[in-house]
Amino acid sequence: MCGVAPGAYGVRVSLIETEALTMRYGGRVTALDGLTVTVEPGIIGLVGANGAGKSTMLKILLGLLRPTSGKARVLGLDPVTQAAQVRARVGYMPEHDCLPPDLIAAELVTHLARISGLPRTAARERASEALRHVGLYEERYRQVGGYSTGMKQRVKLAQALVHDPDLLLLDEPTNGLDPAGRDAMLELIERIGKEFGISIVVCSHLLGEVERICDTLVAIDAGKLLRADRISSMTAATGVLVVEVDEGIDELTRALAELSPRRDGASLLVPVTGDQTYDQVLRAVAELDLPLHRLDQRHHRVADLFAGEVSA
Amino acid sequence: MTEPAGVIHDIGYQRYQGERLGRRYVVSSLWTHSLRTAYGFGRTAKAKIFPWLVAGLILSVAVVGVVIRAVTGEVAISYLALPEGIYPLLILFAAVVAPELVSRELRTGVLSLYFSRPLSQTEYALAKLAALVAALWLLLAGPLLLLFLGGVFSVDGWSAVWDEIGDFVPGLLHAGIHALLIGSIALLIASLIGRRAVAAGAIVAAFLMTTPVVVVLSEVGGDTGSQLAGLFSPSTIGFGVRDWLFGTDGEESMIGDYGPVYGLVTLALVGACVGLLVLRYRRMRA
Repeated sequence: MCGVAPGAYGVRVSLIETEALTMRYGGRVTALDGLTVTVEPGIIGLVGANGAGKSTMLKILLGLLRPTSGKARVLGLDPVTQAAQVRARVGYMPEHDCLPPDLIAAELVTHLARISGLPRTAARERASEALRHVGLYEERYRQVGGYSTGMKQRVKLAQALVHDPDLLLLDEPTNGLDPAGRDAMLELIERIGKEFGISIVVCSHLLGEVERICDTLVAIDAGKLLRADRISSMTAATGVLVVEVDEGIDELTRALAELSPRRDGASLLVPVTGDQTYDQVLRAVAELDLPLHRLDQRHHRVADLFAGEVSA
Repeated sequence: MTEPAGVIHDIGYQRYQGERLGRRYVVSSLWTHSLRTAYGFGRTAKAKIFPWLVAGLILSVAVVGVVIRAVTGEVAISYLALPEGIYPLLILFAAVVAPELVSRELRTGVLSLYFSRPLSQTEYALAKLAALVAALWLLLAGPLLLLFLGGVFSVDGWSAVWDEIGDFVPGLLHAGIHALLIGSIALLIASLIGRRAVAAGAIVAAFLMTTPVVVVLSEVGGDTGSQLAGLFSPSTIGFGVRDWLFGTDGEESMIGDYGPVYGLVTLALVGACVGLLVLRYRRMRA
């Protein structure tokens, strides 16, 4: 079994599909508002500010919350009516503290593997393996209460991984970690996604963090979908050339009018429509005989793309 | 790049191809784990002290009973009388173990790890209850077995052994009734209180506060009043059912003809506690 669930006649089934998914708490607070999105297997970043609805979305996908309206499918299964089947194939790492401090890590993870349906021996073996994969092999017979925050996060990841799920749902996995710990955790998640072949949804309010490891980004704000796309297509479609000249920027703007450039302080941002954009800019600068100071492709940050979306 | 020979390679991640067992296995795994927790297995030495201290005390009572019977031939502690004599220890055990099983998990957040697995809230609640009831029953069944073994070796002839078995089995059932009553009440209380010490206090209070009510009612209530007074405390409800089901061996019963009432109240009380317990967990994430 690998990342994609085979549907009827072996047709590929999307990893996650939601249709007009809406969640209201107590009839007043709207956590999700008509969210429709389809994502394919891979590492998916679910980004949004705190309170945007990320955790609510994960809980609906796990069948822990019943949506007010709309539908969701996970691995081709309905989490409302097939909650047990979904949960058998999904691993969940909650955002908050969830480890009993008096238990030994290996005991805890073994126990949780059995709760996922693994027979006794397999549970024990896979618990050791999972703890090894997260880098806690040496420390696995210690009480969780004595662990550092980073180690606790790793135990949380190990328990989500122990029953070999097809999909991992990670809620803010870098919470409370120092920069080095963050990097290590992100590296680990990337490895699980790319080497272990397990699809992952990573929730984070820090876009810059997840964009490094994800191949798909889903951005939500106030329960609504902002944008969902593969990272490659996001950056490819919106290249920008940054042009800086020491003088005559107004003339250059006029000369490049057909490319619809945009002034940004002392520099000029020219949307890249193809390879010829470079030549056009260089020709205009040469014809006007302007002292060219800088000409380079802007280093894209996905954050800029989302910033544009929000203001649009 | 060529790698030198003899290097131990990371075998990497391996997918799990083995079987995944169903709900019955999942629930029984939680039950086993909780029962082990009740007696401190798989935990620190400190966690073992209390349950085994209580178990040791009750066992020593049984040992005294066995010795007296062996020496004098007299049954000092009958199977049906044992729970009554050590009832405070049962309550104490439940007051410490029930919060250990559920209160602690309310606070650590581990419930989110359980409920994201193929285990429903209802199954969780029932597995925990079954574990506490089993732990309480074992606490009585062990000493009862000791009394039984002592009894078998102090009587002569097969018919006497059969008589002994005839006394022993009702003793086990009687222990089950108390385990069910104490367990369901204690677990319901513990499931509502996150702090273990507070939960333990509340459980002890629930049992101790009701005892004076029974005493007062039986004093002022006249014949009927005193016969029904026992319905106001879990312990006396259990003893009422004992008298009704297994007889009083010639002695006068304190419940009169109201045995079936005690039976019904037992069922209603246990049913209400289980119902509320399940409801409490089902509503947790809605």
